[in-house]
Amino acid sequence: MDFRRFLKHNTVILDGGTGTLLQKAGLPLGELPERWNLTHADVVANIHREYYDAGSNLVCTNTFGANALKFSETELEAIIRAAIDNARKGAALSKGGQLKYVALDIGPCGKLLKPYGDLAFEEAVELFAKTVRLGEKHGADCILIETMGDSYETKAAVLAARENSCLPVLVSCAYGADGKLMTGASPAAMVAMLEGLGVDAVGVNCSVGPKQMQEVVDELLKRASVPVLVKPNAGLPTVKDGQTVYDIDEKEFSELAAKFVEKGARLVGGCCGTTPEYIRKVAEAVANSKPKPVQEKTYTCVSSYTHAVDFDKPILIGERINPTGKKRFKQALIEKDTAYILSEGIAQQEKGAHILDVNVGVPDIDEKTELPRYIEELQAVINLPLQIDTSDPIAMARAMRLYNGKPLVNSVNGKRESMEQIFPLVKKYGGVVIALTLDEKGIPESAEERVAIAERIIAEAAKYGVSQKDIIVDPLAMTISADKNAAKVTLQALKLLCERGIKTSLGVSNVSFGLPCRDTVNAAFFALALQNGLSAAIMNPNSVEMLKTYYAYNALQGLDENCAEYIRFASEVLPTVTIGAPATAASDKGADSPLQAAIIKGLKEEAARLCEALLGQKDTLTIVNEEIVPALDSIGQAYEEKRAFLPQLLISAEAAKSAFEKIKAHILAQGGRQTKKCKIVLATVKGDIHDIGKNIVATLLENYGFDVLDLGRDVPPEKVLEAAKETGAPIIGLSALMTTTVPSMSETIALVKKELPNVKIMVGGAVLTQEYADKIGADGYAKDGMGAVRYAEKVYADLCKN
Amino acid sequence: MYNVYEKTYTDLPDFDRREILRYAGVKGEADGKTLDLLDECLQESRTAFSYRVCYCELSQSALTEKITAAKESESLARFLSGAEQAVAFAATVGLGIDRLINRYVGVSPVKALFFQAIGAERIEALCERFCKEFGLKKRFSPGYGDFALTAQREIFSMLGCEKRIGLSLTDSLLMTPTKSVTAIGKL
Repeated sequence: MDFRRFLKHNTVILDGGTGTLLQKAGLPLGELPERWNLTHADVVANIHREYYDAGSNLVCTNTFGANALKFSETELEAIIRAAIDNARKGAALSKGGQLKYVALDIGPCGKLLKPYGDLAFEEAVELFAKTVRLGEKHGADCILIETMGDSYETKAAVLAARENSCLPVLVSCAYGADGKLMTGASPAAMVAMLEGLGVDAVGVNCSVGPKQMQEVVDELLKRASVPVLVKPNAGLPTVKDGQTVYDIDEKEFSELAAKFVEKGARLVGGCCGTTPEYIRKVAEAVANSKPKPVQEKTYTCVSSYTHAVDFDKPILIGERINPTGKKRFKQALIEKDTAYILSEGIAQQEKGAHILDVNVGVPDIDEKTELPRYIEELQAVINLPLQIDTSDPIAMARAMRLYNGKPLVNSVNGKRESMEQIFPLVKKYGGVVIALTLDEKGIPESAEERVAIAERIIAEAAKYGVSQKDIIVDPLAMTISADKNAAKVTLQALKLLCERGIKTSLGVSNVSFGLPCRDTVNAAFFALALQNGLSAAIMNPNSVEMLKTYYAYNALQGLDENCAEYIRFASEVLPTVTIGAPATAASDKGADSPLQAAIIKGLKEEAARLCEALLGQKDTLTIVNEEIVPALDSIGQAYEEKRAFLPQLLISAEAAKSAFEKIKAHILAQGGRQTKKCKIVLATVKGDIHDIGKNIVATLLENYGFDVLDLGRDVPPEKVLEAAKETGAPIIGLSALMTTTVPSMSETIALVKKELPNVKIMVGGAVLTQEYADKIGADGYAKDGMGAVRYAEKVYADLCKN
Repeated sequence: MYNVYEKTYTDLPDFDRREILRYAGVKGEADGKTLDLLDECLQESRTAFSYRVCYCELSQSALTEKITAAKESESLARFLSGAEQAVAFAATVGLGIDRLINRYVGVSPVKALFFQAIGAERIEALCERFCKEFGLKKRFSPGYGDFALTAQREIFSMLGCEKRIGLSLTDSLLMTPTKSVTAIGKL
């Protein structure tokens, strides 16, 4: 019987700890246990035999750390082959009469993924793929990915397993005492992502004992539609006479394990501190219990790297990351101004959005590379689930692949081509997909016809293995200025869909297109839509009218316990909306005008407001030269004279930036272009991942009118050169924090100087000095952000002279 | 023979605001706006930390046997002189603060600066706490004096930092999460 079938009808007894047993057999700490498969094959096989003798159905190979980071490819193959042989030998030697299987064991690779570590997602996939291919080649029955502490690395491992083998994939994570993974994921988030990726079982192991694991197991059982695996430690460790001992004995452990099985767990075993005796007791304790059938759950949910979002009450999907009709946003996309895009995301999260729509489609950029890039950037700093919004199927596939969770996918429709493109992606990567009720014939006029398309889409999805719970139907809001019955039809369609138990969403604001005071119409329509069963709205979280409707609706419908959310909204958000008397920035020393004073004092909103007011009176260049730059100079000078400190300098820089934003928007609105001094390429050198200092420099340089291209951190020399060539920048700024990465700075300088001898290179960072800078051939050394500005100004002035 | 242990702390002393300001480059009296921002950042980072340490106690000879760079370092030998037993440890305050720094680094450099400073103060507080508990007066990290940074690899494999406390090493020997410390202490 193959393992999948066995799992379907039985409770699977797993094995217990191997690490401690190997140590008892003489494995010294610090030595790689995987090598013992080769050097001490009998010892390893004997441990496996003991577990089979104790009653294990599924024993894990001694390959927890067997990956290409730790071993050469030849040794890796030898280890994995030997490990599987050892497990088979253990099974053959065992007197146990039960069915026996071997799992290829895969643990975390030991590296953190980008952007927080230095392992790229696809590198991680390839790393795991090597182990997986060898495991299948040498005859494992299934793959157990275990003790995972990071959702992203888990996704990489699962993709590797699914793409490189046909074996069943069991995934077990290490949830801490707080019930979360090391990098923050909840059990619900992991279930959502892993089921989307098509795993055969989800579970929990290591970290804590069976008692501390209860809540995690309950949550897994509540959410999972696949079998649940539980492999706890033998309780919590304590140190006794210099030895680590665990606080739960064999008997108690087996009783707790039996309770897990009673609740519905289908694979049980032990982790650290458990021995064959523990497993024997577990096997005995569950011998007579019937395996509980695994029920299909009906959650419609998406997830981020921290949490799952269920569509069981109205969900707000922020629509602001979208260039449609937004000049400033388009400009940011063209300039690759990632910070601007991220700030749009952060602002929507702060306003209360549950999910963020991400659409970066403008004609001038390559969506196939840019969409995945922005998805990576956004998911690194915002823990909301993302809605991947594109009409380009390749961009969609790449973004879904890199997404750290179960995404919302926007969108599929009733056209055959669309369904053929999108459903295979949803099947492979997981996701909830928005289905638009239109097809080859366009958008039907009646509600019934739209529902009919929805039903066709759902039926077609089933053929691909995508279930109804993973589809949200958008019956399309059309503007009432073109058709007076447009809203009525949409509302009717919502009602019909809701009656059929189908989840729904709407791009609410379409309804008011062409009308004045759109917010008023949108909010009223939103209320009606909610009343007709709307599950999610794609909307502008900055719209107070929409938020009013949302919070009031939830309170009225009994969805808001004690009206707490509404009260918080009313007390915290509403008061900030009504603009009070304009605060006047009292004149400051060195400030000749209110705008200057606002910048010097670091009053962001004030600076933006004052700048906006000035735009009617003066031209932009005058405002920059007579207001903003003098203010920056004044605080910059105070900083250099140590009368002001770094935080103050930055607070002022941010206030200046908010004023610049107004100027930028003004220029764009008038169809003009901003004049800037010259291009400067900035980078933190390869191997270095610190970029706070470099970002401070970037902010200050931008404020002084330089056109900064920030390449980010860990940038290889070739990339710096390429960027300098492409932009023709006369200045490059390089940053390094560590002594170990200064050589890579020196390498970058050598490479650039060889091809672009006239480009001036300035360097900075904690370990650098003027002397050091001279030694590695830099043209300038900046001891801090203001130093970089002064140097760049000097180079620029020289350039202008020539 | 030696054992590696791990420990999670939940009762670290509260933030030392003065220290944080110092890390952020405030070398005198901070103004009101700076202090307001500091408060905002402290509030935002309050739940971002998980304090974890793994360590082992071993003899000086075992230490130099396990860590080549320790054998080759004169300054470490001086530091350890007179002590039979040493403690090797790795400490981290977790990835949460890196996430906060990253969230704001392009959007609000000043907040990023403060989160950086808060992280620095926290890892220092964690190390101090651990050292106090073990009666370690001073500590010595790879990269100090002539104690080569390459020791990181050996310390990591000796302590199993990845699995025990979720700490990992980049190819250029930087630790991630970044607010982390490895060190040798003298008993």
